[in-house]
Amino acid sequence: MATETAPGKMATWLEDAKGEVQDAPIGYGRMKRKEDARFIRGKGNYLDDVRLPGMVHGAILRSPYGHARILSIDTSKALAHPKVAAVVIAKDLETLGLAWMPTISYDTQAVLAGDKVRFHMQEVAFVVALDAYSAQDALALIEVEYEVLPAIVNARKAMDADAPLIRDDKVGQTNNLASPTWEAGDKAATDRVFAEADTIVTRDIIDPRVHPSPMETCGMVADMNPETGQLNIYNGNQAPHAHRTVYAQVAGLPEHRIRILCNDIGGGFGNKVPVYPGYVCAIAGSIVAGAPVKWIEDRSENLVSTGFARDYIMQSQMCAKGGKITGLRVDVLADHGAFDSTAQPTKFPAGFFHIVTGSYDLDAAHCTVTAVYTNKAPGGVAYRCSFRITEAVYLVERMVEALAWEMNVDPIELRMRSFIRPEQFPYETATGWTYDSGDYHKTMKVAMEIAGYDQLRQEQQEKAAKGEIMGIGIAFFTEGVGAGPRKHMDILGLAMNDGADLRVHPSGKAVVSISAQTQGQGHETTFAQIVAEELGISPNDITVRHGDTDKTPYGLGTYGSRSTPVSGGAVAVVSRKVRDKARLIAARMLETRPEDLAWEKGRWYVRGDQSKGAAIEDIAEYSYSGSPMPEGLEGGLDAQAVYDPPNLTYPYGAYIAVVDIDPGTGHVHCRRFIAVDDCGVRINPMVVDGQIHGGLTEGVGQALMELISFDEQGNCVNASFMDYLLPTALECPEFELGETVTPCPHHPIGAKGVGESPCVGSPPCITNAVIDGLRVHTQGRVRHMDMPCNPARTWAAMQGNAAPPQ
Amino acid sequence: MLVSMSINGQTHSHDVEPRMLLVHYIREMAELHGTHWGCDTSNCGICVVLMDGDPIKSCTTLAAMAEGHEITTVEGLEKNGVLDPIQQGFHEMHALQCGFCTPGMMVTGRALIDQHPNPTQMTDYEIREAISGGLCRCTGYVNIVKAIRWAAAYEAAAATGGN
Repeated sequence: MATETAPGKMATWLEDAKGEVQDAPIGYGRMKRKEDARFIRGKGNYLDDVRLPGMVHGAILRSPYGHARILSIDTSKALAHPKVAAVVIAKDLETLGLAWMPTISYDTQAVLAGDKVRFHMQEVAFVVALDAYSAQDALALIEVEYEVLPAIVNARKAMDADAPLIRDDKVGQTNNLASPTWEAGDKAATDRVFAEADTIVTRDIIDPRVHPSPMETCGMVADMNPETGQLNIYNGNQAPHAHRTVYAQVAGLPEHRIRILCNDIGGGFGNKVPVYPGYVCAIAGSIVAGAPVKWIEDRSENLVSTGFARDYIMQSQMCAKGGKITGLRVDVLADHGAFDSTAQPTKFPAGFFHIVTGSYDLDAAHCTVTAVYTNKAPGGVAYRCSFRITEAVYLVERMVEALAWEMNVDPIELRMRSFIRPEQFPYETATGWTYDSGDYHKTMKVAMEIAGYDQLRQEQQEKAAKGEIMGIGIAFFTEGVGAGPRKHMDILGLAMNDGADLRVHPSGKAVVSISAQTQGQGHETTFAQIVAEELGISPNDITVRHGDTDKTPYGLGTYGSRSTPVSGGAVAVVSRKVRDKARLIAARMLETRPEDLAWEKGRWYVRGDQSKGAAIEDIAEYSYSGSPMPEGLEGGLDAQAVYDPPNLTYPYGAYIAVVDIDPGTGHVHCRRFIAVDDCGVRINPMVVDGQIHGGLTEGVGQALMELISFDEQGNCVNASFMDYLLPTALECPEFELGETVTPCPHHPIGAKGVGESPCVGSPPCITNAVIDGLRVHTQGRVRHMDMPCNPARTWAAMQGNAAPPQ
Repeated sequence: MLVSMSINGQTHSHDVEPRMLLVHYIREMAELHGTHWGCDTSNCGICVVLMDGDPIKSCTTLAAMAEGHEITTVEGLEKNGVLDPIQQGFHEMHALQCGFCTPGMMVTGRALIDQHPNPTQMTDYEIREAISGGLCRCTGYVNIVKAIRWAAAYEAAAATGGN
């Protein structure tokens, strides 16, 4: 197994450059990443690195208002600019049939606003110019006359009788309801459980609007060839095959003439799941200009107009009887912005929010979700999250903590009493999920041990006596990731399955093509390791191909931690198909029957005579040679697979945070963070730990810093990284990681997803820690605050003036 | 206006608009795509390059301000086919995932080691403060700190013949 190169020793990667073989595990284990080679040299190929002959540049004019009627648009001065090739507005798109586009949630969204602008920085006009600076200049030459309308930026006011109607474009729409109230669980049973309860806590908990903010913003290079009708799209997105299908439907283009090329992507985190108006503009611009068009949004455009996350107002009650949690009910008011483009499987209008019972064996639960339109940007994407599970876990973990202090029970003790027990798996939850596996008590204990939990509580008391504020927060999450089984889950009618295509070449080297789309997750390494584990070929001899819809099998991409659960399943299955074919060929080579052969990593051998066997590379060579194949078997050593997961996988984890709060300023410092994750079998522990580090950091940001907010006129006031704060190295603690391994019983390699778990578990953990600190400091008077726990909000909460984020 | 500068030891001279940003000069004129752009407001550090050895944000520096200066970008780290220890350290310690912030982080780490009186004795706080002008959404910074430390240790060992 590869190990870290000790400082001072010759580095393995330099040895590679000389053509020597890197020490790599033939299968799972720590292995340095293959994709690093180009990135550390500055040779990645991101969207802005794409250069095509004759390429021109696009820019978008955006609305300065949250809600306004468009009275007129005059583009004549912009068109007179010597370097402007085209200016496109809504009426031009109407002639192409592209003025409106469907969203992921069966709503429609204006590509360019024609009648009204419905959110701040909505797209109004698209300029194509010879260079990027001139395109920006031309935006200033477009004159738009607006009649400003009152804006709704507070979901609680969206259904007021006097609220302005935002979606007057929708036939029959008479109010700002975005979708009918959706519910899960058993209301009557839940009412009975609450009636019999010993203790009930009630909280209004807000998971505020935030933004995934990948470091590379969104954009596209659209290249429509007028002679051939071939449309090549360069675009960093998380689901290239699904995007291709959507473009075929929206633009009426034949799907086989659309090719999407996702090269390297500078982060996604859910932000690069949707199709944005700018993409359609770039395609339209290329059609109109007859040249490739590059459009890349700036940071403000990314923050203000592209997919936000959360924005859930959750009224909740949790109850206990006999010292354990028995019931939960929650009514959610969801703010979907001006167009409903929330990202989730079609049959789940509130995503997987109804996993809200968390890790607990409850008698009953019930939840409702009501979604409204507001004059805010559309989105509702899963920011490092599996379809609203982040909101669900935030809610349940905040409620458990609140209930524990109400009962005067240690919050870990209440969790331990209420956890689903190991022998209850597979476990049917009160809202209809089937959790696959787990030993929650064990994982919680590992976290307590790393943290030194009892000593921490003691330290907290000692500090409190000196007037210092120290808070300890807990979260125990269960996620459901890897959507999903085709009988339950689709997006726009597309089953949430993934394909894999594996070709072993005559020399025994292989190429595996996958439909998952890395945005930094390390697929080129870990998927090679899956093939290596199954076939015994070195991962260095396996190329993972992705990001080109012409050359990879169909599948729904990478989000909701689905890469390993779904695409990883496909890669394992396709490897086993190749192994099975290799067995038939080996039997022919060894002049025996397939059933007389046994497998050890890398070769089939004759049972009872291990010396007689055929290695996979010899089998590969034979399969392409002139030698006779077994009866009925085609030559070559390759296979295809489409993996339909039988269930989601259910990773879980126990997190403990320690914070220090400045009593004078309200500044919160996250001093320690202990994360014990159980994601089943770990393919590459180094990559898993890296995913956890990153997810925890995004959780630190959401808990302490991040908020997308609006003024009363509808202006987004977090339009740059000066106002939308993300954690730097100084805000993040040295994360302390631990692990337990409970293999997923239904996954081909026993793995569960992990990318999003840390971002799901950490926001409630840190928020609980802040509230815990304030609770102790105020002798129990302060028992609630909402994220983000920035200094101003924390200080206000400390004074007893906690306010909802707005 | 004519703007000349040295980038990775090579002289570049181009007639550009006075408003052209250094990041665009590097990417479009010098055609070095390893330096990325991230935010426009000096907050994210994606665009960091070295000017005369000091890290600067090239998205808020005009190309004209670099006139006559020595610029080092990520492409200037590897010499004669041998990676700079900072590049090796990022690979060894898994200090990159999507790779977009990596060039800025690596040159920042390079400058920190070059300017620190005793690189093997750098505190975590010193390293974290040095990279706090940059944002990374993938790594949580833990492994970036380790990577910079790895490079410092590697260089110290190499200097004493410990290779």
